[in-house]
Amino acid sequence: MMSELTNLTIAEARDLLAKGETSSKELTEAHIAAVEAARSLNAFITETPEKALQMAEASDKRRKAGEAGVLEGLPIGMKDLFCTEGVLTTAASHILDGFHPTYESTVSRNMWNAGAVLLGKTNLDEFAMGSSNMTSHYGGVENPWRKSGDNRPLVPGGSSGGSAAAVAARCALGATGTDTGGSIRQPAAFCGIVGMKPTYGRCSRWGIVAFASSLDQAGPMGRTVRDTAIMLEAMAGYDAKDSTSVNVPVPNYEAALSGDIKGMKIGIPKEYRIDGMPAEIDQLWLQGIKWLEEAGAEVMEISLPHTHYALPTYYIIAPAEASSNLARYDGVRYGLREGADGSLDEMYEATRGKGFGMEVQRRILIGTYVLSAGYYDAYYNKARKVRSLIARDFAQAYEKVDAILTPTAPSAAFGMGDKMDDPIAMYLNDVFTVPASLAGLPGISVPAGLSQDGLPLGLQLLGKAFDEETVFKVGGVLEEAAGFDATPAFLAA
Amino acid sequence: MATTIKGKTGEWEMVIGLEVHAQVISKSKLFSGASTAFGAEPNSQVSLVDAAMPGMLPVLNKYVVEQAVRTGLGLKAQINLTSVFERKNYFYADLPQGYQISQYLEPIVGEGTIILDLEDGETREVGIERLHLEQDAGKSIHDQHPTQSYIDLNRSGVALMEIVSKPDMRSAEEAGAYLRKLRTILRYLGTCDGNMDEGSMRADVNLSMRRPGEPMGTRTETKNVNSIRFVQQAIEQEARRQIEVLEAGGEIVQETRLFDGMTGKSRSMRSKEEAHDYRYFPDPDLLPLELDPAWVETIKVSLPELPDEKKARFVKDFGLPIYDAGVLVADRDTAAFYETVAEGRDPKLAANWVIGDYFGALNKSGADLESAPVDAKKLGGLLDLIADGTISGRIAKEVFEEMWDSGQDAGAIVEAKGLKQISDSSEIEGMVEEIIANNPKQVEQFKGGNEKILGWFVGQVMKMTQGKANPGMVNEVLRKKLG
Repeated sequence: MMSELTNLTIAEARDLLAKGETSSKELTEAHIAAVEAARSLNAFITETPEKALQMAEASDKRRKAGEAGVLEGLPIGMKDLFCTEGVLTTAASHILDGFHPTYESTVSRNMWNAGAVLLGKTNLDEFAMGSSNMTSHYGGVENPWRKSGDNRPLVPGGSSGGSAAAVAARCALGATGTDTGGSIRQPAAFCGIVGMKPTYGRCSRWGIVAFASSLDQAGPMGRTVRDTAIMLEAMAGYDAKDSTSVNVPVPNYEAALSGDIKGMKIGIPKEYRIDGMPAEIDQLWLQGIKWLEEAGAEVMEISLPHTHYALPTYYIIAPAEASSNLARYDGVRYGLREGADGSLDEMYEATRGKGFGMEVQRRILIGTYVLSAGYYDAYYNKARKVRSLIARDFAQAYEKVDAILTPTAPSAAFGMGDKMDDPIAMYLNDVFTVPASLAGLPGISVPAGLSQDGLPLGLQLLGKAFDEETVFKVGGVLEEAAGFDATPAFLAA
Repeated sequence: MATTIKGKTGEWEMVIGLEVHAQVISKSKLFSGASTAFGAEPNSQVSLVDAAMPGMLPVLNKYVVEQAVRTGLGLKAQINLTSVFERKNYFYADLPQGYQISQYLEPIVGEGTIILDLEDGETREVGIERLHLEQDAGKSIHDQHPTQSYIDLNRSGVALMEIVSKPDMRSAEEAGAYLRKLRTILRYLGTCDGNMDEGSMRADVNLSMRRPGEPMGTRTETKNVNSIRFVQQAIEQEARRQIEVLEAGGEIVQETRLFDGMTGKSRSMRSKEEAHDYRYFPDPDLLPLELDPAWVETIKVSLPELPDEKKARFVKDFGLPIYDAGVLVADRDTAAFYETVAEGRDPKLAANWVIGDYFGALNKSGADLESAPVDAKKLGGLLDLIADGTISGRIAKEVFEEMWDSGQDAGAIVEAKGLKQISDSSEIEGMVEEIIANNPKQVEQFKGGNEKILGWFVGQVMKMTQGKANPGMVNEVLRKKLG
């Protein structure tokens, strides 16, 4: 179900609202209906239609009073990893059953302060651990896209799969995601939308349920580069409550979308040409190079020599941090409590055994192992060293180039249930997104074409630390050149 | 000077190291804004961070860092300009995060020294290995419900300094002296109140035994000892236990023991094999702590005079015996009190009065310097009356008692009770002549060479004057008249 209102971009909706041609209430009602109509996708864990209408009415009043913010009146989805005051927050885990935070995450607070309207909390992989959204306690999310002539359901990618599906299915004008190793960019690519992971430290992590603290970063997901630029400006900013957030001014990202990349230098990392990559993805990459050259950029091959080690490094560091971050879910203070009649240890075992799904348990075990006495140096410490080498690779590359172009993921969306018995195959989804995460660098995925099966494919642009403007600018050029206007099968149904 | 203990098979020497957990004086916690005040209602001083709610992040309290640096400087220790907070991971119901944020490989303070003041006036140096900052845990309460435990998170996240000594102590007395001196320094610095009964200072005892001159033996760690007396008790008890094991041909098992203040005994808590694997790793929520050397310098120049320096000054400037100086500087307020009393007066007389009569009165009444009825100014006033001959030292003791009871000034009491010393020579001469005239037998004895009888004459004059006669003058007049 698609109405004129739900098919608007954020920029278009903003302009209509500004001209008084629609109201936030009208816009929000259309989206609430779209959310209801798309329930089969399972993109939302919690819908908040009443709250949305209240927020929309309050927004319309503010606009009348001349106090419109950057996202004034725009209905969005919020990944259910952001704590929202008084609204169930689950991280898609059984262990957070019934958890209603008494506080609002900084990023969501920033967005409400900018006027945004909450449609609901979007589904995700449990604790953001996954690349398919299949690890959610609340069930997998269906990708609104289908292969041509094949009606089997596909995954939306993950972990921000609910947000990606909601935006692609026109349930929300935009949505928030979080990206630890690719959790914004990969689902954006799978669902044919734009997803931007900012520089680590650009958005506050305060109030976001932690997965891997040194990697987690919030970012916007939207249908256009411009939309994500508008959203990021509202989301970002220094926060004294997050010691790792960085105190640098937030620019007007939309203003960076000049379309002028003449003379800009774009690097193509040779190490990203991996074995077994589908030819269509390679071709899309070449096409991307051509588009950028046609726009006047100078494209050159670069080397990021430690790329090969990024995935194993990531799958040591992220689980190590997760094993510690998830220790607080113990049944003592909030969420699920099982085995309360037994000893303390029995309560821990029952609560955590039942509360965490298999993938989360797997990562806690891996993380505990790599930090344990006798293995720490061989795994965790070595991974930290490799991580600094990967960051150095990028730093050296950025002495020569302004941005880097790669594919976002090594495949298009796969079937729901595929790769579930093969964690390594699942982890390989992140092969192109993980290195920039380890280096803390900004990256965007832009839909650039369709696979032979008719599924969206994304290209990724990576930038220098705190230079999201260049990433948006080049991303905008890529988007323009690609002219991606295909729509998911769900909208045709 | 090593002290040894006699066992059945010969001499043994103790090797002792102490780990002290000192609660940092600070209004708010190490990583949150919650209050640290003692004695509040359970769970009334708990921020979202202290309760480890999802998505909460620690923010380092700069004042606590300043306190740790101040303490490090007070311990003459190395200040590390870069230090790292790590996570010490373990599960317990009163540890909300499932990890304690602590410092491990890179503490904020490195090696330093403490000088112990021993009973016999001797001093001894004990090395400080390190000082690091860490969060306290909450409190589990097991005796309020038959089957469940209650958790109080007020203490969760409160800043502690863990101060680790080198294994430089050789007796329970030295361990006691170490704790007393450390507590004195912390109180001088204002970085820990040192109240062991409120748990704001707690000690873990590391102890091993060896034959004098031999390498160190296997040690045990006795945890959670919360008074100086218990520390000494735990050491004596554990030393005896280890000697028994060793002399019976056994081996000491490296283990953690728990001291029970009720029984004065310790029991094994866990062996080395059962020890937790804490999986320390740098806390990714916190950046490495970098200190500006200029900032450290400003703390350094603002340090108060510390007890060792103060003691040296009291000895040098006031001519006090080392022991007296040591007693006076053991507490910063006492030292300040003494200096106020001694200002412009005879410092030795002041020291005698403060240590003798004044401390005696404090002890007897249970008052402290704050609440005592006689303050430094009033005590000084009393000393002035002695100095200018208005009253004698003996009368002064009476006046002091009266001051303590009534809170009045010495001068007012002397005036009201007519205690002013008689220093009028003609008045005294008159009295002496009268006594000589009335006691010819005693005069004979004196003239026959019995010098001791002079004291009897003095006593007669004092009797006549109710002790108010100037004793020096009485002596002088008597000799003149009798001779």
